[in-house]
Amino acid sequence: MASGAHLITFDKVWKSYGQGEAQIHALAGVDLAIKRGEFVAIMGPSGSGKSTALNIIGCLDTPTAGTYSFMGIDAGRLDRNRRAMLRNLYVGFVFQGYNLLARTTAAENVELPLIYRGVAARERRDLAMQALAQVGLVGREHHTPAELSGGQQQRVAIARAIVTRPTLLVADEPTGNLDTARTHEIMELLTKLNKELGLTITMVTHEADVAEYAKRTIRFVDGRVASDTAKLEVAQP
Amino acid sequence: MIWETVRLSLRSIRRNVLRSFLTLLGIVIGVAAVIAMLTIGSGTTEKVKADISKLGSNLLVVRSGRPAGPGGPGGLDQVVRPLAEKDLAALVAHLTGARVISPASQKQVRVIFGTESLTSGVTGTDSAYLDARDWKLVSGRPFSDSETRSGTGVCLIGETVRQQFFGSGDPEGEIIRVNRTSCKIVGLLEPKGYTGFGQDQDNVVLMPLHAYQRRIAGNRDIDSIYIAADDRTPTSELQPRVEDILRDARRITPDRESDFAIRDMTQIADAMASATATMTGMLGAVAGVSLLVGGIGIMNIMLVSVTERTREIGIRLAIGAHEKHILIQFLVEATVLSLLGGIIGILIGLAFAGLASVTLTIPFAPNPAVILLAVGFSALIGMVFGFFPALRGARLDPIDALRHE
Repeated sequence: MASGAHLITFDKVWKSYGQGEAQIHALAGVDLAIKRGEFVAIMGPSGSGKSTALNIIGCLDTPTAGTYSFMGIDAGRLDRNRRAMLRNLYVGFVFQGYNLLARTTAAENVELPLIYRGVAARERRDLAMQALAQVGLVGREHHTPAELSGGQQQRVAIARAIVTRPTLLVADEPTGNLDTARTHEIMELLTKLNKELGLTITMVTHEADVAEYAKRTIRFVDGRVASDTAKLEVAQP
Repeated sequence: MIWETVRLSLRSIRRNVLRSFLTLLGIVIGVAAVIAMLTIGSGTTEKVKADISKLGSNLLVVRSGRPAGPGGPGGLDQVVRPLAEKDLAALVAHLTGARVISPASQKQVRVIFGTESLTSGVTGTDSAYLDARDWKLVSGRPFSDSETRSGTGVCLIGETVRQQFFGSGDPEGEIIRVNRTSCKIVGLLEPKGYTGFGQDQDNVVLMPLHAYQRRIAGNRDIDSIYIAADDRTPTSELQPRVEDILRDARRITPDRESDFAIRDMTQIADAMASATATMTGMLGAVAGVSLLVGGIGIMNIMLVSVTERTREIGIRLAIGAHEKHILIQFLVEATVLSLLGGIIGILIGLAFAGLASVTLTIPFAPNPAVILLAVGFSALIGMVFGFFPALRGARLDPIDALRHE
């Protein structure tokens, strides 16, 4: 029942690197549950395991021990290609460094996940235009990343993440490269997507004012969840 | 999906024009070399075949001396007995299945007209010789039978002789000196050009056999007898008949080997052609090695490309590309690259072969099968040598790939 109610559950998840004495535990028995529609900020010092946790949540990585379940699927035990399929169908990614393809237009960047889904060219274009409109980039479809500002590039990346209408958005320091004004614009956009589309967002950040936009903050220390606080003043729908 | 990937790879090739071009160069040179070699080679084969057929088709040539083989013609154990008038007479009397039988003797002799002189191949023969050798006259007439019989001082000249003495003028009726005798030109032979071995077939003077024997050779010997088979008789059937008749005429007992050789020009043509083809194949194989080197070049550049685009691969994997998508992307890129090289190589190779055919005066004989093979082979090289780098890209861990700077 728990997996039905929760989009994401960690059950005693361990992630270890190395052997014997030199073994390092990035995650040391993490239990965690995130429901659909949540907007979760993951914080913690570097080396605390927050990025590892985010990679597992995004089905990029798998636990060494314990169970990671995504949409009720034991995603931690799927092979590469099945996880790729999960990512393509249900997960959108936003990175600190935008990670757009250089010398490729905004529209083509946004279309990319649809290509791997086998969507026809015309439909791809339409969906890409819609996504770009949702992030407020109408008229910039044919600009390449080099011709766009940092904030605009991150909007293109968000459009690429949501063009497949994913269930989950995974954001790794999405505002890490942006100035304060741009940071707030991007965070407001994410908040809007969370509210309007019901998009579940998990976001790693180390800035407290960015984390403020989330409804829940999970703090990692030494591979364990140190605190997990929900923002009480925001009423859950 | 595939079309999408081809477009993608074309774009990535365009983005790195210089690098792509340098990568292509290996394949271009390899394919160009193979195409040029094979095209020039098949042109040479055709040329050799044509040259031999210029000697006359369905032709047997009898010469004195033992057949080629251990000991070679005219072995040490016996003095070469030349062919004689009676051998020819025996063939004319008994041989069936022959269209033409013609004797010939020849010698390199100094020919003089006015103050000009030239060393020419002078042949003593009869008027049937032209028929046997498939040789026509541009102007004038062949020797008459009476001229042949009586050995009158008349002659036919080749194009080279005319050029030397008369330029483009009409040589008919002029008197030239051949050795110490003089003869009147009655006709001009059609030009035959050079043989594949660089021999000028037009530097010739033909005169009646008796005139040649009396005035130039000083003996009654016949060097060779040309026998052209009629249309129903293959030369392979004619050859044993000729041998029987000549052994009989020359009184050779069954325990002894023939002291003459019969050459079948058709066989020689085939042998020559197959020798040239073998040569062509070997040259092609050598050129093929450079294709291999080109392939390694492709592999090298694809490895660089995969490393350079690790981050791109990471992004693609993160947003849901499967291993096979990445594999196909780089495989297609390598294939498109080498295919492009192949096509450029074919064009350059053909251009080179065309140039060679003009300068070497051989026919330009591009072989569609070879060209198709070159296209297929260059695509194959791209696939084979692109596979390892592509696999390396496809196997990248998306997390590591995304972290790659």
